[in-house]
Amino acid sequence: MLTVENLHVYYGAIHAIQGISFSVRQGEIVTLIGANGAGKSTILKTISGLLRPRGGKIILEGEEISTLAPHQIVARGISQVPEGRRVFPELSVMENLELGAYQRKGKEHMDELKRVFTLFPRLKERRNQRAGTLSGGEQQMLAIGRGLMAKPRLLLLDEPSMGLAPLLVKEIFSIIREINAAGTTILLVEQNANMALSIAQTGYVLETGEIALSGPAGELTRNEEVRKAYLGL
Amino acid sequence: MSQLLQQLVNGLSLGSIYALIALGYTMVYGIIRLINFAHGDIYMVGAFVGYFALRGGLPLPFAFFLAMIIPALFGLVIEFFAYRPLRNAPRIAALITAIGVSLFLENLGILVLSPDPRPFPQVLPDKSIISYGDVNVSLTQFLMIVITLALMVLLTLFVHYTKTGKAMRAVSQDREAAQLMGININRIISVTFVIGSALAGAAGVLVGLYIPRIEPLMGVMYGLKAFVAAVIGGIGIIPGAMLGGVLMGLAETLVTGFLASTWRDAIAFGLLILILLIKPSGIFGTSSRTKV
Repeated sequence: MLTVENLHVYYGAIHAIQGISFSVRQGEIVTLIGANGAGKSTILKTISGLLRPRGGKIILEGEEISTLAPHQIVARGISQVPEGRRVFPELSVMENLELGAYQRKGKEHMDELKRVFTLFPRLKERRNQRAGTLSGGEQQMLAIGRGLMAKPRLLLLDEPSMGLAPLLVKEIFSIIREINAAGTTILLVEQNANMALSIAQTGYVLETGEIALSGPAGELTRNEEVRKAYLGL
Repeated sequence: MSQLLQQLVNGLSLGSIYALIALGYTMVYGIIRLINFAHGDIYMVGAFVGYFALRGGLPLPFAFFLAMIIPALFGLVIEFFAYRPLRNAPRIAALITAIGVSLFLENLGILVLSPDPRPFPQVLPDKSIISYGDVNVSLTQFLMIVITLALMVLLTLFVHYTKTGKAMRAVSQDREAAQLMGININRIISVTFVIGSALAGAAGVLVGLYIPRIEPLMGVMYGLKAFVAAVIGGIGIIPGAMLGGVLMGLAETLVTGFLASTWRDAIAFGLLILILLIKPSGIFGTSSRTKV
């Protein structure tokens, strides 16, 4: 579905992504794990069009998308739930969700709204509340819900577990699995390698801008290096 | 007492002009964090469009409409050619460009229109429509206040209840996240310039009717004071610009009426100094930390 080929991204003079290739197959959960600063978020920002790669290709179902603007990429079915949730704090929960469906016409998004409220009943209770007044966990639910409102075929998730209590992390991850089971392909970036590998089919381990290891998630979980460096075992 | 009431009426009229101009400053700042110094000159453009339309014999409502549309086009074009190429440049570059655009419009005005002040066609009968003792509200003042109020209500409804309005608020809160929602931010920024410039154009005609002299440099002082009004209310906050503008108008007329007219400009900038000392984020502003 999505193929990234020999991607190079710079932040000013810093060569943040140094020739990365990976692919995401339809229906999969793929995870990119790695330490802080390994370049995980940079990759997602580049796929979404917020950053321009200096070299390489990003191909979505045969179409090169790395030269498109962010709104054109959303139109092609890729949504991102950014790191740190980034909900619009002064807007209500409902307005945040409506903006998630910004490119959809008329009342097309009503089905998604129903679905989001089923996945996250808390958001329904708080739909008129300002998003900035929600707790961290609720904001993460809102960020994911907002991402689903565009009815994406590929959902990019950047550190959904960040700053959440372990119980909430579990809840969020089971919802991610549910979203995937309903047909949305997922590319998940995580520092919490343990949780990420537990729901993913394929994993890539990123180290300072390069892919150090890759393989089926189950194999990575058993890999000695991964266990030491990322799983704390 | 009746003099105080009369000055309040005058202040409210003048304040509505400041408020209309201040809205453009604040909306543009809210969305791209740029103080658009050319905005005062857009207001001048509006006044001259109104002038030529009325001189050409067009009825007032039509002249008014044109005086909103043509400045709106100016705003659109200026944003596209002057500010858009600097979207990812340091903010100071865009700021200096704004000053350049302002000087360009002023000198273009002097060149094309001559620097001499012109009398604005007085198409409204000079009569008061509300009289209460010694207090009079002229038809012009009444229209200024009513039209300003109507435009503010429309703007508020637009920003809160339309899809584009919600997108504007989203872009001003978090541009990157707004892009991830599929919002074409260039389009939203264009819309913001169009609306702000149209409001300034409306102010240009209203001021022509009220103080019937217009000249190419008229935007300098009004623009500056409207900018101060926007800062007083809290730059980037729409109700703040409305309140700041009205306060500015009231302060000026009260000082003119009860002290001396020579103090008028001093009070405007005195207010700026005061607000910067007491509450730099403005009346409606919340002190925000710069995120790293």
